[in-house]
Amino acid sequence: MGAKMVEFNGWDMPVEYPASIGCGIVAEHMAVRTGVGIFDVSHMGDIRLAGREALAAVQHISMNDASRLAIGQAQYSALLYPQGTFVDDVIVHRLGEDEYLLVINAGTREKDFNWVRDNTLRFDCVVENLSDDFTQIAIQGPKAADLLEKLHESAIDVPIRDPNIRAPFQKLQVQADFRSVKFYWVTWGMMLIMTGNVRRYDQNVLVARTGYTAEDGFEIYAPADEFISAVVWDGLLAAGKEFGAIPCGLGARNTLRLEGKLPLYGHEISDTINVWEAGLDRFCKMEKPEFIGRTALEKAKAEGVKKTLVGLEMIDRGIARDGYKILDEGGREIGYVTSGSPAPFLKKNIALAYVPPEHAALGTTVRVEVRGQGVKAQVVPTPFYKRPKKA
Amino acid sequence: MSYPTDRKYTKEHEWITADGTVGITHYAQDSLGDIVFVELPKVGTEITAGKPFGTVESVKAVSDLNAPVSGTVTAVNEDLATSPEKVNKDAHGAWMVKIKVKDPAEMNALLSAADYEKFVAEEGGH
Repeated sequence: MGAKMVEFNGWDMPVEYPASIGCGIVAEHMAVRTGVGIFDVSHMGDIRLAGREALAAVQHISMNDASRLAIGQAQYSALLYPQGTFVDDVIVHRLGEDEYLLVINAGTREKDFNWVRDNTLRFDCVVENLSDDFTQIAIQGPKAADLLEKLHESAIDVPIRDPNIRAPFQKLQVQADFRSVKFYWVTWGMMLIMTGNVRRYDQNVLVARTGYTAEDGFEIYAPADEFISAVVWDGLLAAGKEFGAIPCGLGARNTLRLEGKLPLYGHEISDTINVWEAGLDRFCKMEKPEFIGRTALEKAKAEGVKKTLVGLEMIDRGIARDGYKILDEGGREIGYVTSGSPAPFLKKNIALAYVPPEHAALGTTVRVEVRGQGVKAQVVPTPFYKRPKKA
Repeated sequence: MSYPTDRKYTKEHEWITADGTVGITHYAQDSLGDIVFVELPKVGTEITAGKPFGTVESVKAVSDLNAPVSGTVTAVNEDLATSPEKVNKDAHGAWMVKIKVKDPAEMNALLSAADYEKFVAEEGGH
């Protein structure tokens, strides 16, 4: 597709697709905010836990309360070290009575899997690394449901990529109750691929109404077969044409999640940052009797935090970038930027940063050190962007 | 993309015309993506060949502007402060600074359009 590729945790990933097909970070970002964008997020990892004690195992290794999940429901959660810092953040999906799927980050796949396996040995459940089994495609934006509804109602013509295959047509259909599945719930879709009269695929695929863009959207877990993956990708773009769908890369994924203040591992969360500092209190259920990290978090709560995550908006001209220093008005270093970028939809320069709590009040002004200059910024409410409520 | 032959090019992707007008190349703007910020020196600033004299930022990246040759800044394209996207639209028209070139012989060391085109074909092809 002529995308600009970057190596990301061992994966060749598109940063952005070319301007010649109407893409680029800003165009991709805007498509997701106003229409629909399609992302290949197959680099995400997947861990399945199943068996009699699967719930007990998930409860032990994650900070949210998985016992509240109905079958088909999902929740944002995190895996913690005994110190109360992050192994990774995850989405926990309850797929069956005793079956859970944890969706984890690319950069931490091996570490996460080993950690989950090692910490669930005493539970009666199997732990499987399914990371290489899925092609995960995210369909994100206010028109994502319209696009998928179209794919549900009728089979879509998909161009045949392989010049050696001489079939009169190729079609893709995914039948699922896209409209009725709620945000952070999953469903199963019947996916049918026909190349001419040959049935190339007709199985159920997992469809979750989740995403990492602060927008409505879905993620389809198709089998990681090259042919099937290509048909799904091409079919989604073909079906999405009338809704302005364009392919989107990692660059837009990052600016979208930043506007929505969704944390990124290695930036807002890491093995040296705890849950309270990251401000993820509402996903951490201290009323659960036990989970890894709980004891340390209890102590940390009593002691109070030394740094806290805030949203910044640049007042003066200048763009805060990851790792830039935060200075107080007297020029003293007080913190650092975890993620900073121009925000394409908000049309402001924004950042997330760790600062001491005494500098965290809304309206506080600080300086971001940009190439030796202290550029004025202000603490603002987060998330920077909230999707409009449906009328 | 064919590169205009009325100017010289650097391996850091700047161009300079015979009268000392400096900008960045089409290849540079395409690699950077959506340009949102251009920071340029004041008129009168001395700039040194190969050293940064300004900054261009896209949504995803920060990049130095390197001086193709040494000289003194005589004009700055103020238009880019409010419309940095003009660099994406027309990189070879959206100039950044004009300089009074100190030593015209330094120009000889720069790449011709054909050589630059060959250079980016190799750089982009890996």
